[in-house]
Amino acid sequence: MAFVALSEAEKVYIVHGVQEDLRMDGRGCEDYRCVEVETDVVSNTSGSARVKLGHTDILVGVKAEMGTPKLEKPNEGYLEFFVDCSANATPEFEGRGGDDLGTEIANTLYRIFNNKSSVDLKSLCISPREHCWILYVDVLLLECGGNLFDAISIAVKAALFNTRIPRVRVLEDEEGLKDIELSDDPYDCIQLSVENVPCIVTLCKIGYRHVVDATLQEEACSLASLLVSVTSKGVVTCMRKVGKGSLDPESVFEMMETSKRVGKVLHTSLQSVLRKEESLGPKRQKVGFLG
Amino acid sequence: MAGLELLSDQGYRVDGRRAGELRKIQARMGVFAQADGSAYIEQGNTKALAVVYGPHEIRGSRARALPDRALVNCQYSSATFSTGERKRRPHGDRKSCEMGLQLRQTFEAAVLTQLHPRSQIDIYVQVLQADGGTYAACVNAATLAVLDAGIPMRDFVCACSAGFVDGTALADLSHVEEAAGGPQLALALLPSSGQIALLEMDARLHEDQLEQVLEAAAQAARDVHTLLDRVVRQHVQEASILLGD
Repeated sequence: MAFVALSEAEKVYIVHGVQEDLRMDGRGCEDYRCVEVETDVVSNTSGSARVKLGHTDILVGVKAEMGTPKLEKPNEGYLEFFVDCSANATPEFEGRGGDDLGTEIANTLYRIFNNKSSVDLKSLCISPREHCWILYVDVLLLECGGNLFDAISIAVKAALFNTRIPRVRVLEDEEGLKDIELSDDPYDCIQLSVENVPCIVTLCKIGYRHVVDATLQEEACSLASLLVSVTSKGVVTCMRKVGKGSLDPESVFEMMETSKRVGKVLHTSLQSVLRKEESLGPKRQKVGFLG
Repeated sequence: MAGLELLSDQGYRVDGRRAGELRKIQARMGVFAQADGSAYIEQGNTKALAVVYGPHEIRGSRARALPDRALVNCQYSSATFSTGERKRRPHGDRKSCEMGLQLRQTFEAAVLTQLHPRSQIDIYVQVLQADGGTYAACVNAATLAVLDAGIPMRDFVCACSAGFVDGTALADLSHVEEAAGGPQLALALLPSSGQIALLEMDARLHEDQLEQVLEAAAQAARDVHTLLDRVVRQHVQEASILLGD
């Protein structure tokens, strides 16, 4: 992870501020920084999204490809995650330097989606045991300003909301050979329902209190964090403790309650923003990195 | 080659451009705040980001430090979703390594490395969407990023690709035109002096036609220079307004 060197005095300053519910940029302990979300940024993909959370910049592209279903789940399609920590974020990620962090984030994404309700995988099936849609979700980390997991999960949700999978029909002729026919209309697509897609809320323990959406400086002061993956209904799908310090069981329960509260608010605002953007239609002016 | 007609009888290409016409170029400097210099460029449907870190101390082994000039280190990476077919690895494969070396050669010719001995300048280029002319877009983005970082250069480095179809030289090839298999030329130019920083050609081309293709690429690179110059001046103007000059 990109790290920033802090002196002891700066750390004490941050810790004391957090005790008083006042952080370096004036936020409270449960406030997020301003999040900018834009979908349909890359046109080569089935769906894409860009999220800017303070100094953290994430670009996610989803590509839908046809393949064979997994043996143990013949009626479902599946998702594959790949995270690329590019050297843009920090020179330490050059070459293979970003692979460790990338694998860690990809494994976390696999875990939070590893349940029956997050994404309706049965809708990705074309013909059982033979053809299904595989969604390759590729995350590109462009700038690292703290709180990577939250930003990545928001971007993945927005990209899945933006994904348009072409509608296909399976035609069977007399000999029993199956042929897959793509619909002629390029706008005839299936859209995934992202109602139950979870978002990660990271809580960093600083002193005796915990903060949501920590910046790089605050992450340097915290010894332990809790990653909680929450859906819009407040259901927790995955929980993980990261960091070299230890957490008290009492604080773990407190942090979980905070994450459920904060997660619900995050989901409602994200969903309203995504719907508003979609309602602007195809004539919306695309900004991307030029704005 | 049957199928797609790259140049129609009236002189129009597949996307409606004329033979020597460039695609629409939009660029922005200072995209990321944490990097020393950054820039983003869109050439038609090709989108590239460049980020510069430096000059800073040599990372890794000190033995690589050059006593009289700076080390230029480039990495070319293209996102897995950038091409029509999904790429498995963003960087580390042969093509990306070769592109990195070419970028390094290009920028060592332009950056005044003698001013920063024993240090390192990192240029990282990321292609977000590839629709032909990726080398040219990367060089143009990297030039803007190096300028944004304040590293002194001899001149702008402007690049463009060119091809040859039916007796006419085409400038700024798109993916469809590159995939058709004709000769392709990639040129990186320092516009004020007309010096060539990098010249690369693929496939077969008769030497009589080389001059025509080279001239088309050079003219296109000069047109790119006009655009990039405008972008830099506008950026400086915006920055000075913010500083209150």
